[in-house]
Amino acid sequence: MSSNLLTTNIAGLKLRNPTALASGILGYTGDLMQIIAENGAGAVVTKSVGVEPNIGYLNPTVVQAKAGLINAMGLPNPGIGDYAEEITYAKTVLQVPLIVSVFGYSAEEYAKVAKKAIEAGADAVELNVSCPHVRFTGSEIGQNPKLLSEVISQVKAEVKKTVIVKLSPNVTDIVDLAKVAVKAGADALTAVNTLRALAIDVETQMPVLSNIRGGLSGPAIKPIALRCVYDIFEALPKTPIIGCGGVTDWRDAVEFFLAGASTVQVGTAVATEEPKVFEDINKGLTIYLKKKGYRSVKDIVGLSHQA
Amino acid sequence: MSAYLTKLNTIRTTRILDAKDESPTIKTYTLQDELCAKANPGQFLMLWIPGVDEIPLSILNAGDGNVQFSAKAVGDATRHLNTMKTGDILGVRGPFGNGFTETRGKVLLVGGGMGTAPLLFLGKRLASKVDRLSYIIGAKTKDELIYLGELDALCTEESAVATTEDGSYGLQCLATEPLEKMLVKDRFNMVYACGPERMIRKVFDLAEQRQIPMEASLERLMRCGIGLCGSCAIGKYRVCRDGPVFTMAQLGEVKDELGYSKLGFDGSRIDV
Repeated sequence: MSSNLLTTNIAGLKLRNPTALASGILGYTGDLMQIIAENGAGAVVTKSVGVEPNIGYLNPTVVQAKAGLINAMGLPNPGIGDYAEEITYAKTVLQVPLIVSVFGYSAEEYAKVAKKAIEAGADAVELNVSCPHVRFTGSEIGQNPKLLSEVISQVKAEVKKTVIVKLSPNVTDIVDLAKVAVKAGADALTAVNTLRALAIDVETQMPVLSNIRGGLSGPAIKPIALRCVYDIFEALPKTPIIGCGGVTDWRDAVEFFLAGASTVQVGTAVATEEPKVFEDINKGLTIYLKKKGYRSVKDIVGLSHQA
Repeated sequence: MSAYLTKLNTIRTTRILDAKDESPTIKTYTLQDELCAKANPGQFLMLWIPGVDEIPLSILNAGDGNVQFSAKAVGDATRHLNTMKTGDILGVRGPFGNGFTETRGKVLLVGGGMGTAPLLFLGKRLASKVDRLSYIIGAKTKDELIYLGELDALCTEESAVATTEDGSYGLQCLATEPLEKMLVKDRFNMVYACGPERMIRKVFDLAEQRQIPMEASLERLMRCGIGLCGSCAIGKYRVCRDGPVFTMAQLGEVKDELGYSKLGFDGSRIDV
């Protein structure tokens, strides 16, 4: 892969290419994250980690929709105490930056987990203020401007490295929350987390997910995620945006760059395609950039806004 | 891949065609499902017990539009499943995973407990194609050696060994004890193993010592079943997607974990 063409950075965090593993996918172990890196990802984001261990919800936790998946895992994680060791181990095997996804039930908890993650070796943190299916955290924080601001400021006070904030699309106007996040100190924004969704089985006449409600990901949400990125870029052109939602191939990735994202995250496609989806995206992107005569992927970020 | 996986991964709810008592705690279920009916030995399905849980189960038999699997009541999900009868509704996704590779020559099946199910399925496929089919199966008690009759129909008497932990049938020991002798006596072309992971580890160590090819089907906590959530990680592999059947070389790559540790529901490492 020609290096200069694809290299990028997220608020100072240097990436060899503009693709990253989205949070929630395979991100328990350093070994599996390294497999994703070997398959071409420019960075990896872990599962969301909180203060205490959490077993998550009973199955079914993932249900197939026509053009995506609905999941309600319930934020299963071993707690930052245990996970700090995995972060330290992961850093010994990983070839790419490690971004630790952080959640909490208060600003103090977010700050505590973020601080420990960085101390253990994380290159950046991504604040999960957008999980749509766990009470008193995730989107319940990200939908509330005051709480959102508090969480980000407290994390920023504890952490010197890049702080990314992952936004929820389940809001009236994502731009308002994006502005709050940037004002509170967010270095970069990930747009977006899953959309609140439901699946019902007609035979049993029951919701399928044990948690009833979950979050929709995959191709079904791509146009919505793309619009969110476009809107945020228009309002905050200087803030690095990580596009997330239904990216499955290089064309999807290019659309996100043109809308204003400087990196894309891939989640659902790791399962619906194969882990080498990252390599495929990078190959297609390289050909596209060369054909169009660009010297860097950075040159196409936000280009659709000129039209 | 994508459209096909979407089809496999969509839950199909269907009424139980048959639920047969195998022992006080084990039942074998038959469901009508076109997709799972095409499963290969070693593949698994995700079974939704509505309102209770969804669990991975090895496929015992597939064909003619139907799929069969057995379950032993050990946890909340399987205890509830054990109370279900013909006509009750279950949901299935799959079949998932890679399945066993078929071989020729002298073949040995090593099964522990419910792990014998996919080996019986495999044995039926291999019986007419291999030179000799042998088995060693072990269970806690005679009651739980539920596939003995069907396996005996496939294997010759001198190449069949059954063990129980309580001595209620066959040899009173673990399945791995007679294995060592059998591997000394005979040169097998392939050993297929499925059962408790510590048993698989022992089979792996013995097969590795003697350089006998083997494949083993592993079990892990599974949630998504499609290689997304990472719950079933072993080393650099996802058991649900890269397995559940692994070759000798792959098992060697995950030696540090095989038979020792797995991820728990909260993603922390726990003993197997």
